Amino acid sequence: MTNMTRNIVLAAVLLMPGAVPALAASEADFKAAYAAAEAAEKQADQLRNKWTTTEAQLAAAKKAASTGDFDAAIAAAREAEALANASIYQATSEKTRWKDLEIR
Amino acid sequence: MTFSLASILALALLAPALADDKPDPVADQKAFQRFFIEKFPKVKYEDFVNGPYSMDEGLHRQWEEKEQFPPYEFAVETGKEMFATPFKNGKTYADCFANKGIGIRQNYPTFDEKEGKVITLELALNRCREANGEAPYNYLKDEMASLTAYMAFTSRGQKMDIRIPNDPRALQAYENGKRYFYTRRGQLNFSCATCHVQSPGEHIRAEILAPALGIMNAMPIYRSEWSGMGTTSRRFLTCNSQTRAVPLEPQSDEYRDLEYYLSYVSNGLPISGPGARP
Amino acid sequence: MASTIRVRAINSGDTTEVQALIQHPMDSGFVKDAKGEIIPPHFIQQLTFEHGGKTVFLANWGAAVSKDPYVKFAFKGGAKGDELKISWIDNKGASDSTTAKIA
Repeated sequence: MTNMTRNIVLAAVLLMPGAVPALAASEADFKAAYAAAEAAEKQADQLRNKWTTTEAQLAAAKKAASTGDFDAAIAAAREAEALANASIYQATSEKTRWKDLEIR
Repeated sequence: MTFSLASILALALLAPALADDKPDPVADQKAFQRFFIEKFPKVKYEDFVNGPYSMDEGLHRQWEEKEQFPPYEFAVETGKEMFATPFKNGKTYADCFANKGIGIRQNYPTFDEKEGKVITLELALNRCREANGEAPYNYLKDEMASLTAYMAFTSRGQKMDIRIPNDPRALQAYENGKRYFYTRRGQLNFSCATCHVQSPGEHIRAEILAPALGIMNAMPIYRSEWSGMGTTSRRFLTCNSQTRAVPLEPQSDEYRDLEYYLSYVSNGLPISGPGARP
Repeated sequence: MASTIRVRAINSGDTTEVQALIQHPMDSGFVKDAKGEIIPPHFIQQLTFEHGGKTVFLANWGAAVSKDPYVKFAFKGGAKGDELKISWIDNKGASDSTTAKIA
């Protein structure tokens, strides 16, 4: 490929959604991601259905942020949010699904 | 004419659904016990209270040998001493319980109609302490384990005898406990039933799973894994964390109601506590 | 002070079966407490069972034996009414002993 083509392809890749934020991971981005995860975990808490793994990811996110590794911190925060959402889904669906297991 | 026929039909169709929603502990208990008796025809009825030992012959033999010198002996002795020791105000645990606290374990949990809540033995013991100016014990530690071990020991052989008074709050507590038992939780998505109804006798890692029938009758338990005696509260919390669910506070409403349900459906089976487990 | 050793010895024919339960923390020295500090090692180093002046069972233990150890073994010999002496000594120099009659 010519230099010109390569530069165009490179520019296109860099401009793809997702590529830009990764280049600019900041404390602000982390705070937003962490807040979202925390909010979801708070909801799980209200449902009395937190997961230990969610808590572990939140702790890992905080720890990574404290060392300035915001890429890792955001990744952990996003994972925590996903886990929290899954626990919320579990609590909600189990409200009716528990009967499937009941001995009758 | 058409209108009343329609309404009669509507009622007839609704009625079974409504009956389905009203808790029927008596029917539940019958179905629960029948399920395990049919699933394990070779197990003697009373043996269900021995958990994994009732599921495996080799384990049963080892356990019988160990029962001659049970590891919980020390906790029972400590519990007996604690039970007899007066509080600073001169009163004792005997003053808080019927029959001086001897041979009454099989009546717990009980439903307190004044408070409208389930009272477990652990909770009753701590309330007794607080009513007499003493600090409550940690539900997860040795003191509560020794006390409940001694009280269980004085009830050995007595049949589990849990009452559900004709009170909608008691029925609700029972139903809450039942729902908790069957609800899946934690990242591993296990309910209590996943292990103790669907898989008793099978292995989970190196352990053999106990049947849910009679599972409360052996509490509290000396677990080799803990190198010591542990309370019902401790077992509930650790079961939760093992499924990767964040445990609730000891003696939370959910746990009290769960103990209520599980004990009730095992009515008629003998108290075998305190138990020894792997 | 009450003995830390509970023992039962039963003779049948030319064999005596012995069970013992010993109360001892058996701290390995590898476990940390709630504050994060090592709980110092404290375990039985030697356990001896004697009958008729002879040692019928000798155990040299270390950190791997768990709390409140339970021992079971059988030996040839022994008769109903004979005495069995059990003693232990731990790494702190503490010791205990007891005698039991063979049943």
